[in-house]
Amino acid sequence: MDAHKVMPMKEAVSKFVRDGDTAYLAGFTHLIPFAAGHEIIRQKKKDLTLCRATPDIIYDQMIAAGCAKKLVFSYAGNPGVGSLRCFRRSLEKGVPQGIEIEEYTHFGLSGRLFAGATNMPFLPVRTNAGSDLPANNPRIRAVTDPYTGDEVSVVPPLRPDVAVVHVQRCDAAGNAHIWGIVGEQKDAAFASKRVIISAEEIVDEEIIRSDPNRTLIPDFIVSAVVREPWCAHPSYTQGYYDRDNAFYVSWDDITKEHESTMEWMEEWVYGVEDRAAYVRKLGPEKVKRLLPKPAHAAPVDYGSV
Amino acid sequence: MTDPTVTSSELMVTIAARELRDGESVLVGVGIPNLAANLAKRMHAPNLILIYESGTIGSNPQRMPLSIGDPCLVTGAKSVCSMYEQFAYYIQGGRIDVGFLGGAQIDRFGNINSTVIGTYAKPKVRLPGSGGACETALNAKRILVITPHEKRRFVEKVDFVTSPGFLDGKARWHGLKAQGGGPYAVLTDLGTLTFDEVTGEMTLTALNPGVTVAKVQENTPWPLKVAAAVKENPPPTAEELKVLRALDPERIYLG
Repeated sequence: MDAHKVMPMKEAVSKFVRDGDTAYLAGFTHLIPFAAGHEIIRQKKKDLTLCRATPDIIYDQMIAAGCAKKLVFSYAGNPGVGSLRCFRRSLEKGVPQGIEIEEYTHFGLSGRLFAGATNMPFLPVRTNAGSDLPANNPRIRAVTDPYTGDEVSVVPPLRPDVAVVHVQRCDAAGNAHIWGIVGEQKDAAFASKRVIISAEEIVDEEIIRSDPNRTLIPDFIVSAVVREPWCAHPSYTQGYYDRDNAFYVSWDDITKEHESTMEWMEEWVYGVEDRAAYVRKLGPEKVKRLLPKPAHAAPVDYGSV
Repeated sequence: MTDPTVTSSELMVTIAARELRDGESVLVGVGIPNLAANLAKRMHAPNLILIYESGTIGSNPQRMPLSIGDPCLVTGAKSVCSMYEQFAYYIQGGRIDVGFLGGAQIDRFGNINSTVIGTYAKPKVRLPGSGGACETALNAKRILVITPHEKRRFVEKVDFVTSPGFLDGKARWHGLKAQGGGPYAVLTDLGTLTFDEVTGEMTLTALNPGVTVAKVQENTPWPLKVAAAVKENPPPTAEELKVLRALDPERIYLG
């Protein structure tokens, strides 16, 4: 059942990501679906409105490759390192092309996804007041609280056309187990019209049903299921591989110029066919260095009479 | 006596750590604030609750996290929640005692800019933006800022208010009806600045070892308000230094 949903990343991106889409590739530092980003670049998707709280390196790459028309975000930095140079080049100098921006705070943007996922007309948030952000983003508005008469900041729902969510494991239908930093994955999936799930492992439905609290995304909202080990590198998958902090640091150098960025892109994105080839190119030593020490949870009992 | 091997980062981290009280919940950023919180936890505040913006609650990192979403913040944490839950339950819910904030510019009333240098439409330098800083500024009980004391960082008026301090004075801040307490202290390599209870203006209240009021004024581009009795911050103790240096053995943040 539902085996038809399982497909390679190439097919999932080609079927479910369209030029001009509003896309949310989810993951707060953790589980960022780099393999999907690279496939979108290889398929030369364009005019995308890219949404992410932290655009991170993944959107920096997609911006440099010319996929983005607009960026919706709340923190455009390389976490722990500094700037996202490709994004800045695009915004400050129009290289390789200009980019529109729509900026929120983290609470504003995660609130927008929550509102989109739960079909709210808008969401009141105790933020934005006193900052210069609302004056620079007309989508952030204020309403009068009908109960107290106070002014309260509101943000509109976000409803992407497509979300990509990487997970530790799911079954063939897309019931997805996630643990560790769960970020905005559930909200992004429920807010979006189409959902691509990629997973380190595709497991039997029985394993998913043995631990239903861990299922953040149910199969019936999922469009495609991709088995994609190491999808998140240089981000990480808790319990599978650690964050490649050295790569995050080196990205700053790689992206000094647009030309040096594109040289990297030729080698690591256009020059590899898929994620399996990318992992082979990373090599066994690098892979081994990122393998974590195990830290298993104590089992729980879901029994009933 | 000032230990000549103490770097300005070590001094700032130690003074910041002493501001944290046992049992408090603290929203930690990477780098210097992370070191301050972990130093406090190992010294006088063993029950400090470390909360990271990525949704890890009661973290107990066994190594230096390089980002706020580092997997070592999850291993052994008390709880992990979603991004929306972190902002809704913990920050908006009023569960944060202390929030650390930083930025490229801070002004006389503690407003912080981490968005743009220049204008928003045509930025000279585009900075990362708010992340969770704005909601932290409005909802945490106390805001601490750790920053080098430099003229380019201390400005009379920030180019862009990312995280509101007392705006142009406490009257306007009260108008926001924020549940948070606003800026509490700015800890620099030169001293400690707090905020006037009535006006909300930044005020020099303590000097670091060997620093004069004149030197602080020299590095502040507006006529700085100085408390009637300026205290002196005691230098890091041998024990504080030992614990702190073990937290960052590669001296990534301690310099």
